[in-house]
Amino acid sequence: MPETILEISHLRKLYDDLRVFEDLSLTVHEGEVIVIVGPSGCGKSTLLRCINALEDIQGGEIRLRGEPVSKENRNLQSIRQKIGMVFQNYELFPHMTVLDNIMLAPVKAQGRKKEEVREEALDLLKRVGLESKADSYPRQLSGGQKQRTAIVRALCMHPEILLFDEVTAALDPEMVREVLEVILDLANQGKTMLVVTHEMQFARAIADRVIFLDEGRICEEGTPDGFFDEPKTERARKFLNTFTFERKGAKN
Amino acid sequence: MFSDMLVKLWENGIIQRGIWETIYMTAISTFIAYVIGLPLGVILNVTDKEGIYPVYWINRILGLIVNFFRSIPFIILMVAMLPVAKFIVGVSLGNKAMIVMLVIAAAPYVARMVESSLKEVDAGVIEAAQSMGTGNMQIVWKVLLPEARPSLIIGAVISMVTILGYSAMAATIGGTGLGQIAVSYGHQRFNPDVTWTCVFLTVIIVQVIQELGTWIAHKTDRRIGTGRA
Repeated sequence: MPETILEISHLRKLYDDLRVFEDLSLTVHEGEVIVIVGPSGCGKSTLLRCINALEDIQGGEIRLRGEPVSKENRNLQSIRQKIGMVFQNYELFPHMTVLDNIMLAPVKAQGRKKEEVREEALDLLKRVGLESKADSYPRQLSGGQKQRTAIVRALCMHPEILLFDEVTAALDPEMVREVLEVILDLANQGKTMLVVTHEMQFARAIADRVIFLDEGRICEEGTPDGFFDEPKTERARKFLNTFTFERKGAKN
Repeated sequence: MFSDMLVKLWENGIIQRGIWETIYMTAISTFIAYVIGLPLGVILNVTDKEGIYPVYWINRILGLIVNFFRSIPFIILMVAMLPVAKFIVGVSLGNKAMIVMLVIAAAPYVARMVESSLKEVDAGVIEAAQSMGTGNMQIVWKVLLPEARPSLIIGAVISMVTILGYSAMAATIGGTGLGQIAVSYGHQRFNPDVTWTCVFLTVIIVQVIQELGTWIAHKTDRRIGTGRA
């Protein structure tokens, strides 16, 4: 069994009165690609935000290679550097060029040499086809280009695990593919990833394990083929049905 | 066409000196008010419960102090702070004392302006910086302040115009500048054209500050433009 990277145990998360997670546990192994699907409001995004300590948790534990991810941990900054996060709305710094966006955290937070980071950033940009955009500002990029930049920004930190939070949800359909291909490429490189998505075809293609989250619980989990072809629970079946349409007139 | 007084004031260079004094007092006071108000504004923003480092009591105490000074009308604050001016610069009259008053009145105002500019920064990009393990100080210097720059500049223009207005009021207790000329040569000696000349000159100064500030703010704003790909 490959080494455990991330371990979530008995996670409890409340927003005031609203219970998001009561008792959620999940283990992520090195090199594993886990896709989390589920209806909106089921806690997918919240789960990712908890993993990065962007949300306070009310109970349980999240550990990255044994170290607790929590605001109480004095090492939180260095742990967060090992967790790459890509957001639905890109969250690029608008006043910085693409290159500066990528270089900020490696240079300022990790204290790496500017030249070295610059070289790596340019190399990564080249790999996602954005080498000509290094000096552009985010407003000059298309949605797909922004998201690829955001992925490079996360990668440049050399994270141990990457979190993708519905990264194609804000994109025009023709830009979805260019972003998904970058993620697929990363999966093929053996990166450990947690992917929240509504792109079911993509989920099936990329996942080692699919997790179906409903009402804050892991309702079902399994291999992509198992989950998509023969979902075990009625809830999952219903959810998957919302992605298929009967042909017009088929009922007659 | 012009009153003798206006001609005399102009020929003796008193109006010219008034212009300079008004600009000088406004600029110095604005600068010092920002030296004090900018860090206060940052602290107010950062320690807010929505901020990157919430500390309830610091935010609360600082907020109360700022509100206290902001709720006193300038003309009253001026009189009340005379002893403070005397303590700091040794005199309670003249432009040095006026600058102290202007700073006391303006710094809390600036602090709130800065706080609200920083609040406009998209919470998402701050979270992005946090998620990459960037420290709070670095977030302030590298993300919050640069992101808010255009808004901070607009705020500075508004503050500066406000301080210019205060500086004219300072004429009533011994300040100099266009305000003092308008009051003592125009109003008190019944030369409306002197008063109106001072008003006109003040409007021009405000216009220049406004235009220049807006131009700089626009220049530094990377979020706008037509270069969408």
